[in-house]
Amino acid sequence: MRHALSIEPTPTTSSHTADAAAGQPVPYLQISDLWKAYGDFVALRDISLSIAKGEFICFLGPSGCGKTTLLRAIAGLDLQTQGTILQDGRNISTLPASSRDYGIVFQSYALFPNLTIEQNIAFGLENTGRSKESVKARVDELLGMVGLAAHGKKYPAQLSGGQQQRIALARAIAISPGLLLLDEPLSALDAKVRVHLRHEIKALQRQLGVTTVMVTHDQEEALAMADRIVVMNHGVIEQVGSPTEIYRHPETLFVADFIGETNQFPAKVVADGEIEIGHSAFRCPTGDFAAGDAATAVVRPVDIIPHGADAHAVNAADRPSTLQNLIDAEVTEMEFLGMFWRTRLTAPRLGERTLVADFSVNAVRRLAIQTGGVIQVEIPRERLLLYPRSA
Amino acid sequence: MSTVLEAPRLPFAAGKRLRQQSSRDDRIKLGFMAVIGLYLIVALGAPLFVMLSKSLSTYRFDLAAFEFQVSDETGANWGPVVSAEALNRELGAVPDGELSTNFDGRLAATKFFPQFSFRSPVHYRIRGTTDDTSFLVGSTLEKGTEWRDYDSGTFRRVVLRPARSLGAQNFVTYFSTPALAQSVYNSVLMAAISTVFTVAIAFALAYGLTRSCMPLKGLFRGILTIPILVPSLLPGIALVYLFGNQGVFKDWLMGYSIYGPIGIVIGSIFFTLPHAFLIILTALSVADARHYEAAASLKASKWRTFKTVTVPGARFGLVSAAFVVFTLVITDFGLPKVIGGQYGMLAVDIYKQVIGQQNFEMGAVVSVILLVPAILAFVVDRRMQKRQVALLSARAVPYSPKPNTRTDAICFAFACLVSLFILGMIAMCQIAALVKFWPYDLTLTTRNFAFDLMDGGGWAAYGNSIRLALLTALFGSLIVFAGAYMVEKADGFRVGRGIFHFLAMMPMAVPGMVLGLAYIFFFNNPANPLNTIYGTMTILVLSTVTHFYTVAHLTALTALKQMDPEFESVAASLKQPFHRLFFRVTVPVCLPAILNIAIYLFVNAMTTVSAVVFLYSTDTKLASVAVLNMDDAGDIAPAAAMGMMIFYTNVAAKLIHALIARGLLKRTQAWR
Repeated sequence: MRHALSIEPTPTTSSHTADAAAGQPVPYLQISDLWKAYGDFVALRDISLSIAKGEFICFLGPSGCGKTTLLRAIAGLDLQTQGTILQDGRNISTLPASSRDYGIVFQSYALFPNLTIEQNIAFGLENTGRSKESVKARVDELLGMVGLAAHGKKYPAQLSGGQQQRIALARAIAISPGLLLLDEPLSALDAKVRVHLRHEIKALQRQLGVTTVMVTHDQEEALAMADRIVVMNHGVIEQVGSPTEIYRHPETLFVADFIGETNQFPAKVVADGEIEIGHSAFRCPTGDFAAGDAATAVVRPVDIIPHGADAHAVNAADRPSTLQNLIDAEVTEMEFLGMFWRTRLTAPRLGERTLVADFSVNAVRRLAIQTGGVIQVEIPRERLLLYPRSA
Repeated sequence: MSTVLEAPRLPFAAGKRLRQQSSRDDRIKLGFMAVIGLYLIVALGAPLFVMLSKSLSTYRFDLAAFEFQVSDETGANWGPVVSAEALNRELGAVPDGELSTNFDGRLAATKFFPQFSFRSPVHYRIRGTTDDTSFLVGSTLEKGTEWRDYDSGTFRRVVLRPARSLGAQNFVTYFSTPALAQSVYNSVLMAAISTVFTVAIAFALAYGLTRSCMPLKGLFRGILTIPILVPSLLPGIALVYLFGNQGVFKDWLMGYSIYGPIGIVIGSIFFTLPHAFLIILTALSVADARHYEAAASLKASKWRTFKTVTVPGARFGLVSAAFVVFTLVITDFGLPKVIGGQYGMLAVDIYKQVIGQQNFEMGAVVSVILLVPAILAFVVDRRMQKRQVALLSARAVPYSPKPNTRTDAICFAFACLVSLFILGMIAMCQIAALVKFWPYDLTLTTRNFAFDLMDGGGWAAYGNSIRLALLTALFGSLIVFAGAYMVEKADGFRVGRGIFHFLAMMPMAVPGMVLGLAYIFFFNNPANPLNTIYGTMTILVLSTVTHFYTVAHLTALTALKQMDPEFESVAASLKQPFHRLFFRVTVPVCLPAILNIAIYLFVNAMTTVSAVVFLYSTDTKLASVAVLNMDDAGDIAPAAAMGMMIFYTNVAAKLIHALIARGLLKRTQAWR
């Protein structure tokens, strides 16, 4: 799945809400100092997080990182060991699930098999003092909203996975909850259906304006859907930010490696704005690093720019912006992945290590890149990221 | 990463842990769990505990603890203080062996005074040397170290009570009584032999049904479940008619008697066969066709395929079936009672000790001994079943056999033979019930069904049995399903749920006789506030539900486990109370399982003898017990007739169950 990431995410139109969140005094959902321990195992470690009203948040991380645990704590299904959760100004930290205000969709859909689609959606509406007619009207409205108006009388088993998931969504939003929780809602579906449903959920969320938290381990899904992504690992939050921030400016090595692909090299900071990989110097922003610090230098395969056999040629079309970061490399392996070529390069200046670079089909044709050939590639100065490395 | 893993001590104080506010649902669930937990403790835990303590209790008259003083004829001047022990040493009135007694033992005080006359003006004083020393004056209990004066007339009614001590003495006594200890050997031997035969036959049948293309599979499957529908006494009666002293086929045994080991083994095979068959059938049904294809592609011979694929695949089923059969045989009471003759078996020993000799402590001892193999078998079986689950692969391809004339013919012939055996036994009982005097006067008669003319309880007993079966099915299904729901679906109360599940699994390891005896000890105690249910239908229902709890519990649990664990979470998020989800979704989805539990409890309540034989009263005699008692009294034909009544009832119940199930399922299971 990761290769698809070489297409950079386009900034979502609603990312302004994320920016606005910082300025808002009272967030809709506020989690502070939250811990969850199972015996000696700490599943969540001092989590603090604010979510603005109407925001679409994704908890992203590898399995076992605590993202589902955090969602279940918000839902009141697994009580946190410590910490407070405020929803719309109300302290819900220890409230039972039934006293909180949310709708939830599980990976398994959890549709009631013996009830029809209509009865499933109506389940939360009945018993609340509504008239039969208003329940019926609301169910019809929801069925229309998820585009399954013709299927009301069927049973869940008669629907496809994607349709079932939409019913589960309709059932969750039927009671107009203030918060929508989605626990890996798409991971049981086929790739095509998943991409399609991704858009639908996002559109529905924008239409309703409901604050939404989605748990996923699929970075593509998170990048495509979220206003802000909360990247988690081993029970801690690694980074919170918009999809572009997370992708372009990963704050930790984990985030850099988890979102998209990386080439990693042990490096040493030589001076301000200059590092050493192997025995060669490269230009890059060094930030807080001091000369002599050990670091890990990271560059994404997609950020590496090919320059053909001789970038210094007078009429080279694309002159490198940073001459210092230009290296000679031999193409040892090429793999066609449809939208681009993945190449493995060996460069004497980088020592024994292999550099993975993704080149567009165009570039490969134009520069006549082929296995065994020697080309010049540029590691752009601002795309070379540094992370602390214990010596 | 490292920060998380190297954190043995949490950075926050354990005392500050949050506690979730309980919702109304939680409180209701907690209440339910408490009620059903209490049920299991009262109906199982407490009685067994009392029985265990009973088996460790010995009662003995402690003569040194009693002291007497005798006055002269005026009644005013007292003689020296003498202990009963000293008097006994002098007189030898009570031999040492008679000092051991049971909890109800009494010893007349006058035994120590040979010159005693109730008309004499002499007065007597008696006291204990410890606070616990007790004696009865008439029916008044006296206790303690105070002197008490009685005139001769009253002293005549003074009886000493034994002192209770805890220890393994009863067990020592048991094992040093040759006839009783022999029963342990006999029981194990019979169970082992029956197990070998039953499992072998059941495996052959199950193999035929799953691996051959023999005809009439459905019919054979039906015939093989027949023995479940009759009490285990019935094969005994059938064997008596076939091979007994007046049996038609008596000569077949070549001089050996059917009364004893031979009868026990044949009868045991009959009544345990369906259990073993169903288990092995399930084990063989999950076969993966890919293994057979692999074997065929490697050109393995049929025999080699059988040895390396079929048998290993079913090995857990085989072991499980073996343990079930072993436990059933060793704990069964009805069959050896009818056909066992003088051959001592553990379960019969309990009956004899309790009903025959009123020796409750010894009955408890035998019960505890009987618990050992049953619990052992149970533990091993549970282990096996856990591993069996792990073996199943979701990607297995179901195996479908290909026709093979020779194999099919052999399998068919064998199935016919076994069916003949089962139907023959039932037919024998049917004929015996309908003719005047087998085998001499074969005129048809309904005389044997005139139960009211015999001892045993008459038609009222039959009515009682139906009531018991209906009540057991009704309350049993309710309690079992609600209990299983709490174990499976209630969140929180982890420890409580664990204990609850353990209690629910226990009845399988407790033989019916043991349970019945434990109930006597627990409920027939005047100090127990539940004493009032003793001798009523309630205690019969209670014991029967408890006796058959485990299988029903597992059935319910299996059905509940197939439900999405997030249903409860969804309902909570939709702010719906759990009972709405329970009645709207859980119960309808699990309805087939609930109906199966009900019919299982019904059939077993109709046929059970062992648990209820100690607990019925004159008002609550049961059909299955009537079979036993009529057989005991020599009315064998009526016993067979009553046994057949139970059989008809169970067949009818099964048919009604099938009808109801079909009707209900059509309405509630449209989604399947």
